[in-house]
Amino acid sequence: MGSFFRSEKMFLCQLFIQPEAAYSSVAELGEAGSVQFRDLNADVNAFQRKFVNEVRRCDELERKLRYVEAEINKENLHIPEIEDLPNAPNPREITDLETSLEKTENEILELSQNAVNLKSNFLELTELKYVLEKTEVFFTEQEGINGTDSLTRALITEDSSAQATNIRGRLGFVAGVVPRERVPAFERMLWRISRGNVFLRQAELDQPLEDPSTGNQIYKTVFAAFFQGEQLKSRVKKVCTGFHASLYPCPSATTEREEMVKGVRTRLEDLNMVLNQTQDHRHRVLVSVAKELQNCMVMVRKMKAIYHTLNMFNLDVTKKCLIAECWVPVRDLAGVRKALAEGGRASGSSIPSFLNVIETSEGSPTFNRTNKFTRGFQNLIDSYGVSSYREVNPALYTIITFPFLFAIMFGDAGHGLILTAFGLYMVIEEKKLMKQKSDSEIWNIFFAGRYIILLMGIFSVYTGFIYNDIFSRSLNIFGSSWTIDGYNISDIQGNAELTLSPYTNFAKFDASPYPVGLDPVWQAATNKIIFLNSYKMKLSIIFGVAHMIFGVCLSVVNHIHFKKSINIILEFVPQILFLLLLFAYMVAMMFIKWVIYYPQETVDCNNETVTCTQDVLDVIRYGPSCAPSVLILFINMMLFKSSPPTGIGCQEFMFDGQDVIQTAFVVVAVLCIPVLLLAKPLYLLCCGRSKKSEHTSENGDVNQGLELTPEMVDTPSPSPAHAEHNEGDNAVGEIFILQGIHTIEYILSTISHTASYLRLWALSLAHAQLSEVLWTMVLSIGLTGSADGDAQSYVVGSILLYVLFAAWAGLTLAILVMMEGLSAFLHTLRLHWVEFMSKFYEGAGYVFQPFSFKIILEGEDVVED
Amino acid sequence: MGASVVPILVFTILWGIVGIVLPFVVPKGPNRGILQVVLMLTAATCWLFWLCCYLSQINPLIGPKLSNRTVLLMAREWVS
Repeated sequence: MGSFFRSEKMFLCQLFIQPEAAYSSVAELGEAGSVQFRDLNADVNAFQRKFVNEVRRCDELERKLRYVEAEINKENLHIPEIEDLPNAPNPREITDLETSLEKTENEILELSQNAVNLKSNFLELTELKYVLEKTEVFFTEQEGINGTDSLTRALITEDSSAQATNIRGRLGFVAGVVPRERVPAFERMLWRISRGNVFLRQAELDQPLEDPSTGNQIYKTVFAAFFQGEQLKSRVKKVCTGFHASLYPCPSATTEREEMVKGVRTRLEDLNMVLNQTQDHRHRVLVSVAKELQNCMVMVRKMKAIYHTLNMFNLDVTKKCLIAECWVPVRDLAGVRKALAEGGRASGSSIPSFLNVIETSEGSPTFNRTNKFTRGFQNLIDSYGVSSYREVNPALYTIITFPFLFAIMFGDAGHGLILTAFGLYMVIEEKKLMKQKSDSEIWNIFFAGRYIILLMGIFSVYTGFIYNDIFSRSLNIFGSSWTIDGYNISDIQGNAELTLSPYTNFAKFDASPYPVGLDPVWQAATNKIIFLNSYKMKLSIIFGVAHMIFGVCLSVVNHIHFKKSINIILEFVPQILFLLLLFAYMVAMMFIKWVIYYPQETVDCNNETVTCTQDVLDVIRYGPSCAPSVLILFINMMLFKSSPPTGIGCQEFMFDGQDVIQTAFVVVAVLCIPVLLLAKPLYLLCCGRSKKSEHTSENGDVNQGLELTPEMVDTPSPSPAHAEHNEGDNAVGEIFILQGIHTIEYILSTISHTASYLRLWALSLAHAQLSEVLWTMVLSIGLTGSADGDAQSYVVGSILLYVLFAAWAGLTLAILVMMEGLSAFLHTLRLHWVEFMSKFYEGAGYVFQPFSFKIILEGEDVVED
Repeated sequence: MGASVVPILVFTILWGIVGIVLPFVVPKGPNRGILQVVLMLTAATCWLFWLCCYLSQINPLIGPKLSNRTVLLMAREWVS
């Protein structure tokens, strides 16, 4: 059965490693990934540990790598994924790595700095160029003053042209560039400080400019402010600095301006060339780094993980070797030994490291070795609680019981096929889908549960086939066992509804029932629900009781494994008796009712013309009218009541002597309660003492076994020993209280859990009804739309069908498969966690978290995402 | 008493093969135990599910109530 039946056996081991071999040994162990180290310096804070400096160095390296990565991403370069991961670097390689990284970082830093300088230079020149070009327009407009431009006229209204030239001669101006969104505020401010005496001309730049430091695109506007007098000039300049407007010198003479534009253009061209070259160089550097980046990243992460682990180690008193404690699965012990030897050889140390297995009573971590198929099921269990060490692992049984209980609720072959197809797609495309790591959380959850979904789908097809439900329609493969031979045509025409007689069909014609699943006739019957309710209710109780009995039986395996065989008599036997005598008996009654009551011709003994002899009465007893309700029988059994038979010739009980058996069953079941309540505490009181003393001496042995390292073993082991002693003193009361709670919980829960399984019936009924409603309300309208038979109605009908089919398919997917599937899933989860696992599962363990590079690297990827 | 021997036998043997015979022929390997449990549980649950459905129909105490339209259709389509 391997490890999946119960968690793997673990050893607590001590490793003695030479300091010089420590790094490479831990690296090897990290590659093997089968060891969980314990922190031996838990009381030492993070800054006082031995390898703090190394960890800090790794942090620094990581920071540099992140910087380089950010730069590469800015350039939109692709960082190639590496197929095989490099090993952790040797200590010697670390220095090389450091220097090369330092060099790259500096180079990139320098290049970026240069680029920023050049770019801001470029920006200034571009802005100047625009200023010159745009202001050119303003000036030419002013030159052509003769009243063509209304704005110019507004400035110098009602002045004679002579005056105008005069004033213009004394007008000063400032030209510059301001961000576009600030223009309105800027304009208003200028207006206010000058009381309207500043004239502002502006022209928007069509192309956005790039901010050199952030690389953002900014839209700017060129402006020229005209004013009069020095005082106003200084004020205008202040406003400009306030609005972060950059001012540029702009000669007032046209020729000078032209000269300047020319000069600026040539300088811009030169600058552009230089910029391109810098860009190329930077690109080349980044491309060459990008190739190595992933490699470096993995190496640094591994290195950091190693030093973190080394920080958990203890230094020997003589400072000549490092001591580590770790949990190792027994199956991997040889691998660990090999890894240690390998590590020692790699570092060339003369003294080999060795491994010492120590006995311990401490709680070992729980390790269930899973594969891709079982992992999903194990996760279902682990999210309830990680199983205690070496406890029976319910995940093994969940593989089938989970999809099956789901399918009872989701029973529809059509919907099951959709689910199967979805699961199959994910399973077949597994490798491809796994590579494209998706960010969508919902998809990841579905993908992680792909095998669960597949199995749920397959089982749903089976149960749907048995329920004879395919998108709420039935198949008549084997020929229905109901025929309508009993009626003639006038009967049929005269009555709107006809009931087929079970007697005619099954006794007279001796029909045998539909061999596989439900008879298709029920799909068309108007009293379908009555039949289905009785069938599905019984079904869910039968499966519920079977599931619970199975759970209680699993507790035996636990009792035997933990060497508490006495619990089998004191706990298991009363528990299972209680369950069997009451609820399994009810299940038995259901089967008896199915088998012994059969359809008969109605004989009316009230009628005086009919003589009912004893023989006839004996037959009537098993007729349809006399079949007692199992539920009423069960309630009467519990309350020691009796109710009168339903008619003449009927009996209250199904078989003779049933009342005696029932009374005996109830009495024994009730007697189980005090046994469950008292037997175990009393046994512990009488015989438990001697055992307890043995137990403490075992603890003493542990201490002696660890003589080699007295200082560290002293700390953990006394605490459990102390706890045991304290427990011994006030144990009596506690044991009784615990057992009392346990008993009450079990007794009450058997009753409530049995009722809880009725959700199987409720959900499967709801599912079937919902899908039938969808069929009759949506799709069947489309299917009957073209019944008239002329050409036009066919056209209309086909269009209607097209639309209605889309609606039906969409609703089927969204409501019946997705929502109903989710709700059935949750109910199944509950049935497993509460109803099944409470019978045997403790779930008080903690997960084995091996030190493994693979897990660390994958984990960081997830965090980054 | 409408129970017929054939379907009961066929289904019991079918699921019996899955649940009892197949677990013995599962290839050896680390997952042998898991496969055996899977097969046995599948057979047990599926067989019981079918059995419940079959037993609930061998002695029907009520008959299906059908509209006369359905009855006529049945008479035309289902009677061979």
